[in-house]
Amino acid sequence: MKVPYPIFRTEDLCAYYGDFMAIKHVTVSIPEHQVTAVMGPSGCGKTTFIRCLNRLHELLPGARITGKIYLRDEDILELDPIIVRRRVGMVFQRPNPFPTMTIYENVLAGYKLLGIRLKREEADRIVEDALRKAALWDEVKDVLHRRGTFLSGGQQQRLCIARALAVNPEVLLMDEPTSALDPKATLQIENLIVELKNTVTIVIVTHNMPQAGRISDYTAFFYMGELIEFGPTAEVFTNPKDPRTEEYLTGKFS
Amino acid sequence: MKNRIILTVITVLALLPAIPLFLILFQLLKEGLSSLSLDFFLHLPAPPGEPGGGIANALVGTLIIVGLAVLIGVPVSILAGIYLSEYGRHGKLSETIRVCADVLQGVPSIVIGIVAYAWVVKPMGHFSALSGSVALALMMIPVVVRTTEEVLRLVPDILREAALALGVPYWRTVLKVVLPTGMVGVSTGILIAVARIAGETAPLLFTAFGNQFLTLNPLEPMSALPLVIFNYAMSPYEDWWRQAWGASLVLVFMVLGLNIVSRILARKIAGEK
Repeated sequence: MKVPYPIFRTEDLCAYYGDFMAIKHVTVSIPEHQVTAVMGPSGCGKTTFIRCLNRLHELLPGARITGKIYLRDEDILELDPIIVRRRVGMVFQRPNPFPTMTIYENVLAGYKLLGIRLKREEADRIVEDALRKAALWDEVKDVLHRRGTFLSGGQQQRLCIARALAVNPEVLLMDEPTSALDPKATLQIENLIVELKNTVTIVIVTHNMPQAGRISDYTAFFYMGELIEFGPTAEVFTNPKDPRTEEYLTGKFS
Repeated sequence: MKNRIILTVITVLALLPAIPLFLILFQLLKEGLSSLSLDFFLHLPAPPGEPGGGIANALVGTLIIVGLAVLIGVPVSILAGIYLSEYGRHGKLSETIRVCADVLQGVPSIVIGIVAYAWVVKPMGHFSALSGSVALALMMIPVVVRTTEEVLRLVPDILREAALALGVPYWRTVLKVVLPTGMVGVSTGILIAVARIAGETAPLLFTAFGNQFLTLNPLEPMSALPLVIFNYAMSPYEDWWRQAWGASLVLVFMVLGLNIVSRILARKIAGEK
């Protein structure tokens, strides 16, 4: 089996909130153009882990990171966090379109908020392209100039995905993107994720085991801040090496 | 039965605070309504003792003095509010600024007037609208600082994170996401502050001073509604007393209007949540 190129590679990554160590010595390679699910019980550090990958973690007071995180062989801890976040997009647990902006402006937020001026045709093209990728274009193409907050929860979340995709990131981090959505909207987002992996690498935190099974190629299993298992999802699910993974998968704890 | 009695008593007591407002409005309408005419709004004051004349100079003066106070006070206050909410939320400096704002809010308005006299009138050598605006700006700053801080704090963190995750620098996130999202609330705070300072008299007594004539020059002494009310009410002329009531009526309805608009805005924010 051909091993995909590791777009992200962490070496001895530790993350702290003040004195509390939330991520403990994690060394892992995340394959390009694959969906990697980050799983584990509540409070195990999965969200903290992906927030290290776009350097959002360090914004909290008292938070810090040690170790190395390579994005295509560049240590992102040495780079300007602004540049890192342009290359690594993020979708959050709750849909968060900007309430003062229209759907159109929301998609372009990654340009507008940075003061980047676009030609009209170029802006139109980026908006259509991003909304098509997010499978939202057909639903909103006639209401582009209405506020994004009028959309349903699922549509808002796809708008947020479009907003993240509009700046052409290499990686898209998703922090339980469907946990605030109904089953139908969840299914739409899951289908979308599977399609998106052709253009972007996806790292998704999820609580939902069947979901991880449906959409992910690789699974990272975290427990109490440690990465205790990583591998192809099929293997991790059917033949876990660590007893704690097995216990989690069989519902002994959650 | 007992329930009923207590309910009735409480309802009556609850209505008590509303009674003075209606008594005030009644008094103002009774005494002031007869002064109101188009001439009252469009004409300058008549020479002392002569009947007629209006308060055009005071209306224009109030607009200019309050307008200038807003120009001086609001940018400073919004920047301070942004600092408190977005930068030094838990820092020592923020705590100090908050305490200072609260203390400044408690300084008696007459003292603010004296300070503005020492800072602006003395160095300039004469009374001016500008000095009055400085005094009023000092009075509105604490109100706008604290409301700005509170409103910006209500902007959900997930919006800040959404912008940051797009690679937007923090200062741009604050100016282009947080501030616009809280703008309705900030405007409400400004309106409340304007309503508060529009009726202030003491800070204007020895700053803007008053002027029988119409002037648009903020470096000259200028009339304002509270000053007209004060001067006319203290005068020996019956016609001026009547006009003082008229000016009071105008002032109260101005402030009432501002309060109502700010309430509508505040409700709009609540509705969006």
